[in-house]
Amino acid sequence: MAKRQYAFYPGCSSQKGASASNYLTSVESMCKTLDIQLTEIPDWNCCGASISYAEAGELPRHVMNARNFALAEANLPGQDIVATCAACWLGAKESKERIEHSSQLMADTQEALKEAGLQIKVMPEIRHMAEVLVEDFGFEELGRHVKNPLQGLKFAGYVGCQTNRPFGIAGENFENPMYLDKIVETMGGEAVPYDQKVTCCGGALAFSEPDKAQAQIKDIVEAAYDGGAEMIVTPCPLCQANVEIYQGHINKKYGTKFNIPVLYYSQLMTIAYGGSAKEAGLNGQVIRAPKLEAIAK
Amino acid sequence: MSANQEMAVRYKNNFLKEVEQQVEMGEWVKMCMQCGVCSGSCPTNFHPGWEHPPQEIFMMIRAGKREEVLTSPSMWMCTSCYNCIVRCPRKLPITHIMHGLAEYAYELGLAPKVQPTRNLSKLFWSNATKTGRINELTFSLGMYFKDAEGKINIGQGIKKGLEMQKVALGLLKAKRLNPFEIFGGHKCKDQKGIHAMLAKAYALESKRKGRHVG
Repeated sequence: MAKRQYAFYPGCSSQKGASASNYLTSVESMCKTLDIQLTEIPDWNCCGASISYAEAGELPRHVMNARNFALAEANLPGQDIVATCAACWLGAKESKERIEHSSQLMADTQEALKEAGLQIKVMPEIRHMAEVLVEDFGFEELGRHVKNPLQGLKFAGYVGCQTNRPFGIAGENFENPMYLDKIVETMGGEAVPYDQKVTCCGGALAFSEPDKAQAQIKDIVEAAYDGGAEMIVTPCPLCQANVEIYQGHINKKYGTKFNIPVLYYSQLMTIAYGGSAKEAGLNGQVIRAPKLEAIAK
Repeated sequence: MSANQEMAVRYKNNFLKEVEQQVEMGEWVKMCMQCGVCSGSCPTNFHPGWEHPPQEIFMMIRAGKREEVLTSPSMWMCTSCYNCIVRCPRKLPITHIMHGLAEYAYELGLAPKVQPTRNLSKLFWSNATKTGRINELTFSLGMYFKDAEGKINIGQGIKKGLEMQKVALGLLKAKRLNPFEIFGGHKCKDQKGIHAMLAKAYALESKRKGRHVG
């Protein structure tokens, strides 16, 4: 039996052929090393993210998340729900707090869930993978598995918004969270000074307000270069995609020459744990990361 | 009577009360002390700024500026970065109030019609709830082929498609965009259960808020 077991909530973007499928590849490799067993919540659904408010309202949004809680609890009793997507984690955690806070909302949620033949008996804990790493393992334990330290590689730890605000990782500071830098350093890499580490990438507004979002992404990328970083690393699928894929548009608009890879912490960890480039999902980068590929086993 | 007129009559000139009862987290609005930290912390309140940044909206609600608030494009500029929430000295859940105001304006038919984020929001939820999971391909195509009013616009779709061509090719090459998703793609098994559950949730929410059903 695996050392630690969790009810896994991968989220829409981590599915096969979706925008963060390489994230999932690397998470699976990382978990193998750490002896973590992730069991997908059967038939899980979308969390609604933080953008669906126009038509989602409150209760419909909360029952979507509650359905996942009920399915996790029924099929994987006693296991914490673990999300890898920042928005999934935030959406689910927020719904859990709201439902627990209001007996009216709890009653309404149960009544709606009944329509799908479900109910919440025990509310599971909702955690982000970064929390699992930091709290259940700790940096010392994470460091013990390093076989291929990321010596000499310089990373800008781009935390972004939704693993950091409004909940954040326990004990962290909203303005200057350190957990990502510490993961980088634990893996043997160098975390450069980075003054845009909690700047918003525009989130979903990268679609609807591209000029505003790209102005922010420009700051995020520029600061990484200013700090001497060779790569950006992030815990969030939307941060990853936005900061990576719009660099071409930004170059055209601002005359910059950005071409910096944007990776997930789990990709760094997979390589540091002795995994191959393929196991780390490095073939899923739109901007390839040759320096990381070069040291991969 | 339209939903908007009905609410305007019900709350007469008390817009603050209307917000407190109808808008998610609206009961917090009166706690704002007008310090402006939210507005200074908002990433989209620059280049250029919101028509009315959050603290201004809070004062306008208290001043009864119903029409100006609900028809404003401001709330739709929220990126859900939650900076305002964590920095607010009075701990107002500002992000949620902005989403709540946008939802209420949309519900009453007062939200600006030409507002790209309004359509993004609508499209995301309908895409997610149709099968239970987001189909990234049809969601992106929906964004490109619908104009700011939510109508199909082939010309705009092709133009945006060309703009995004390199990005799409990059994602295709990286196997992070699957053209076969057009035929359905990932979905939940119990879609019937999800739809029944959501219908019930809408009915309960309308009842609780005393809103029109349907």
